[in-house]
Amino acid sequence: MNYPVVKGAAYGLIQANEMLIHYGTTQTSELRINKDSDHLKKLPAHLRSFEAAVKYPPNQAYIGNITPDDLKNIPRPWYENQISTVSRNGRFGEIMPEDEFLGLMKIVDIFDLVLLEEKFQAQVRDKLALHPVLAGINNFENLEKSAPELAQIEKMTAEHLALPLYFNGELVGCVKKAHEFDDALSAHVMLENLVSKASSVFALQLLLVKTDLDAKDIDYIIECSEEACGDMNQRGGGNFAKSVGEIGGCINATGSDTRSFCAGPAHALVEAAALVQAGVYKNVVVLAGGSTAKLGMNSKEHVKKGLPVLEDMLGAFAVHIGENDGINPVIRTDAVGRHRIGSGASPQAVMTAIVTDPLDSLGYKITDVNRYSPEMQNPEITEPAGAGDVPQANYKMIAALGVKRGEFSRDEIIQAVDSFGVPGFAPTQGHIPSGIPFIGHGREMILAGDIERAMIIGKGSLFLGRLTNLFDGISFLIEKNAGIIDDGLDKETVRKMIGEAMIEFAKTLQE
Amino acid sequence: MDLENQARIKDLSDKYGKEDFIVVLGGAEAEASGLAAETVASGDPTFAGPLSGVSLGLKAYHIFELKEEIDAGVYDEQIGMMEMVLNVDEIIEEVKSYRK
Repeated sequence: MNYPVVKGAAYGLIQANEMLIHYGTTQTSELRINKDSDHLKKLPAHLRSFEAAVKYPPNQAYIGNITPDDLKNIPRPWYENQISTVSRNGRFGEIMPEDEFLGLMKIVDIFDLVLLEEKFQAQVRDKLALHPVLAGINNFENLEKSAPELAQIEKMTAEHLALPLYFNGELVGCVKKAHEFDDALSAHVMLENLVSKASSVFALQLLLVKTDLDAKDIDYIIECSEEACGDMNQRGGGNFAKSVGEIGGCINATGSDTRSFCAGPAHALVEAAALVQAGVYKNVVVLAGGSTAKLGMNSKEHVKKGLPVLEDMLGAFAVHIGENDGINPVIRTDAVGRHRIGSGASPQAVMTAIVTDPLDSLGYKITDVNRYSPEMQNPEITEPAGAGDVPQANYKMIAALGVKRGEFSRDEIIQAVDSFGVPGFAPTQGHIPSGIPFIGHGREMILAGDIERAMIIGKGSLFLGRLTNLFDGISFLIEKNAGIIDDGLDKETVRKMIGEAMIEFAKTLQE
Repeated sequence: MDLENQARIKDLSDKYGKEDFIVVLGGAEAEASGLAAETVASGDPTFAGPLSGVSLGLKAYHIFELKEEIDAGVYDEQIGMMEMVLNVDEIIEEVKSYRK
């Protein structure tokens, strides 16, 4: 059987301090409840510089300059143990500052909704013209368009026709509403969607530049963020995927959006794998951009505890799934773990459905999987907020299942966790940490022969949409390629097989 | 504590009274479980939800404390794995402190 393979993965991070202050829902909710909020007064002093964000070890792991195993050897708190020798450019991706990102938002904007002040626009145009991944991108000419003066932007935001965009504390632009009264096209929704689109475009460009993939060879794009685009008649109608592919020059691709809260990307990868294995498409890209709403989500606790606000990063990724090449790690489509509607909601039922059921179907033990990549949230963000070390909790649950199954004893739990656990290094951007950040590292470790296989696990909290209390989870294994490409049966082989069968049959008649 | 849950507990206590009413928690961590126990006992300390300034005086127990009350098979199937994973003593200690 020919399984589909993981041909490449790219990862982008954007530091977005101003979006955190003005559009993170923790801050916008605070402003709504209490205009004189202490939190909002104290917050700016806890924000970090772009340089600090670049040198932050988990961010370096995300873009591939250090491995998750390296991260294990860096003492915590990681924000006090920055890596001074690294750059914003990584093997798998890049960390981008907010001003360049505002320029990218302008580039990807097809409906003239993003306005940048003229001097600021000229500055970011000059910076992006030298950018290794974005120079020459489709629609770059948007940055050559005539730009408004600051007074015009101030007037539009004052009249509530647009939402302001800031850089380093100064007003530098705005995002206009896209309809007079349609809430689904309000300035707020358009800002969130354009951020998601621009960061997806960033990840796609990184994938195209850092791997051999040619934009024209992409057949299908699956976008799997947690945003919804549409108008009041189809609020989540889509299609982010094609809008991203348009900017990326994917002229032969079509695409669609897949949603399942944080589990969306894992669903999307299974779908991509199935489409490739079935021969419907040869090259599928799964991608997602970042979320402004989640910026600074736990910042109240961080500020209260005197910590830097580490949730200042928008995350993005793009993964290329292609046909079996006999080299790249395969996705085992015959052992997809899934939380069924009837699986039950207890953590035990969930972990059994998404971890041990698929392993059982292949006759694997828990320790036959060398690395598990569940919810890869950076613990330095979640622990101060009372949510603990999320990936570590997942590893403990997997190990506890191993004890219950008699695979190892209770006092071997810590040892098991150490052997197959990966420290969390992803920004808490919902769908971004959900399993996917390890694919780049896992692919390289498998190619290098360091590990045999890894399990990618996506989990989602569906109750947030207030339509069901069901949980969601999906998993798949990526595994070392056996190096054999199954070409199917040729005529000669079939003839030989029939001949042999007839000889056997003739023998039975003689008896 | 989740604002929806605060509203639900407040409504239930208004409807049925506070006598013979306990809150069963399933928190995965001591601090968060303690915060939930405090919220239903003396009000939402974060002043974010419907129990802000509302002292219901309800007693909260973590599910780990009720092990003896539950069928062993059901407990093992539903809680057994998490019992191995979480810091049971720390959680119980924290939740208990709000019943004193």
